[in-house]
Amino acid sequence: MADLIYNIAAIIALAGIVLSFIRLIIGPTIADRAVALDGMTIISISLIVFIAYYSNRIIYLDVAIVYGLISFVGIVAIARYLERGI
Amino acid sequence: MEIFGAVITLIGSIFLLLGGLGILRMPDVYNRMQTGTKATTLGSILFLIGISIGHYECGCLGKIAIIILFIIFTNPISSNTLARAAHFAGIKLTSRSVKDDLKEDDLENKGEEK
Repeated sequence: MADLIYNIAAIIALAGIVLSFIRLIIGPTIADRAVALDGMTIISISLIVFIAYYSNRIIYLDVAIVYGLISFVGIVAIARYLERGI
Repeated sequence: MEIFGAVITLIGSIFLLLGGLGILRMPDVYNRMQTGTKATTLGSILFLIGISIGHYECGCLGKIAIIILFIIFTNPISSNTLARAAHFAGIKLTSRSVKDDLKEDDLENKGEEK
């Protein structure tokens, strides 16, 4: 029963990724695409942690930490490029 | 105990879905940024807490706590930096917005310099 609820929750979070991805494709400006990428990254970190427990590989939690770090640096770099150029 | 964690995970995933829906449907860059940051921060925190409650026998709550603290600290910073950059890059607000405090502050500062 609990496993079924966990799987349903993962599918709902995956639907959130799909909705953000549509905005990533059709977004009119660069800032729209960066916002959509930020949202996709946060949802992906949650799904990576879910996969780590689902497949009993705890090493995937380190992947989630590093993914969040690199995403933060990337978003700040895009923002600095938008503001005054590199 | 496992059912309790699963229900918290389900609530968090609904917040994540609402965050994605807000990113798709909101009319403006700044509105999209607001819903995409707030809803996904709360949703991912609930999601991670629910998973760690349901699998508490694993003994890796420390890494989950590190991920949660990291999301809490870095998500508002990146959103704030991106909103400021979008404002100074000249992206217009939507026509239904009523107030722009940063623009007024900018005009006042330029007046003092001259």
